[in-house]
Amino acid sequence: MAKKLSRGVAVVGVGMSKFGVFPEKTSRDLFVEAFQELRQSVQKGFDPKDIEAFYMGNFTSDCFENQAHLAPIMASWVGISPVESTRIEDACASGGVALRQGVLAIASGEVDVVLVGGLEKMTDLPGAKVTDALALAADSLFEIPAGFTFPGFYAAMATAYLDQYKADPDALLRVGIKNHKNGGLNEKAQFNQSIKDVMISKQRKAAQKGLPIPEWADEMAFLKDPKANPMIAWPLRLFDCSPVSDGAAAVLLVSEEMAAKFTDEPIFVVGSGQASDGALAERASLSEIPAAAKASRRAYEMAGLTPDDIDFAEVHDCFTIAEIMATEDLGFFPRGEGWKAAMQGQTAHDGSHPINTSGGLKSKGHPVGASGVGQVVEVWKQMHGLAGERQLCGNLRHALTHNVGGTGQTCVVHIFEKRN
Amino acid sequence: MTDQALRSKAFDQAIAEDVLIGSRCLVCGNISVPQRQICPNCHSDQVERIQVNGIGTLATFTVIYVPPTSMADAGYNAKNPYCVGIVALQEGPRISAQIVGLDLSDPATIKIGMPLKQTFVVRGEGESAKKFLAFEPA
Repeated sequence: MAKKLSRGVAVVGVGMSKFGVFPEKTSRDLFVEAFQELRQSVQKGFDPKDIEAFYMGNFTSDCFENQAHLAPIMASWVGISPVESTRIEDACASGGVALRQGVLAIASGEVDVVLVGGLEKMTDLPGAKVTDALALAADSLFEIPAGFTFPGFYAAMATAYLDQYKADPDALLRVGIKNHKNGGLNEKAQFNQSIKDVMISKQRKAAQKGLPIPEWADEMAFLKDPKANPMIAWPLRLFDCSPVSDGAAAVLLVSEEMAAKFTDEPIFVVGSGQASDGALAERASLSEIPAAAKASRRAYEMAGLTPDDIDFAEVHDCFTIAEIMATEDLGFFPRGEGWKAAMQGQTAHDGSHPINTSGGLKSKGHPVGASGVGQVVEVWKQMHGLAGERQLCGNLRHALTHNVGGTGQTCVVHIFEKRN
Repeated sequence: MTDQALRSKAFDQAIAEDVLIGSRCLVCGNISVPQRQICPNCHSDQVERIQVNGIGTLATFTVIYVPPTSMADAGYNAKNPYCVGIVALQEGPRISAQIVGLDLSDPATIKIGMPLKQTFVVRGEGESAKKFLAFEPA
């Protein structure tokens, strides 16, 4: 059984930059944006001097910005030196793991107020160099020499999944359509456009250039058009892949007993779990991510909750197949049923299990170190009725975030609770 | 037995000689490919190096149209894609490798479970030429 946290931990404020491509900004500018928004979000305000520890998720500013040792720089840039500042690197799960370290630091009793950040500035490098940098998250001795890329790993998992469950590959496209629809309602999203909007903008561009205007019967026809949506790693196409992004996010955590000093509407971290795994080839099943199931089991046990208690979730949809596997790994649907749920709209905004109302990594963007922290921003917005046009209905009491590093070598899951 | 025969680099050194190696735990019999110094099943360090026979089946695969720099340098691109897969070896373990000798014009015709055997491919030229493990239809 997973132990309970030794004392309660509350989220009292969140902030994020817009996610996207910002050639004029460095990671410092993006993190300052996230931090300033966080300050505005704390109902009763807070003094940055109250922060006692800072954990920052970042995958590889070393490659992307030629800058290591990023945490103290960011601490200085938002004016909180000499607070202890630690960078957490667990590939694309860096942000979620930074959050967990912040939660554990407060639960330990050592500190009461923790800033958790997540950050990645990816778009300064040319595309091929970005692919090479991301590949550092895989096994450089026994996976990369085979010729794998990250789209390739998830494509191989998709091949295994589709074969094992005789699943309709259209389910992958349905995930993309759904997440773009949600992201179209999120002003912070990199692709703030539904697939229909993307189709219309492509037609407009063709018209402006005097080229023949492409026609598609519907979104599925667009996504099956190899010119509009080229194959990256069979069976995954361009629109099955999350983008390369710049962005930052920040969360303020405090001990439960101090929460009322900051806000009358905290949300509580009631479950936290993390697990690891070896290279993809070492796993008994290739159509699931075992570490995600293990991390979620620990988080559910800690929270005393089951998958049925979760009102909505932000999951790590770095590729469309990843969302389908996640909905099974997290126990929302039985093995082999996730693809049907995606086809039937059960994971849509108005479905029984809303997944990625923010647009997910797919549409909101995937600045890798920021993604796990950005997920908490959506949980906060939904639970406080601040999600605008994408606001979910009803009393939202429990939400889950799921952040994956690499092909699932690191998985981290958090469960949040609103009590008032 | 953490001698040279089991070190991480031993795998590539064996590949250079057209040999695929792994390890067998002398306590529980568990086989690992690539070789391990500590048995991942029972944690014993009583582990011996073995040669595996390089026969297996295709566990899963993809065909890559947007290659990383290393594969682009080897001549692959969207018009000349390559197949990479995970192969279930006869001895039990699975391993990642390029799969050669397949018709890639319609990846849907490639079947999980198809029998494969080891082969070796050289990528790069001159001093940067290096031999890699690959598999081909058996």
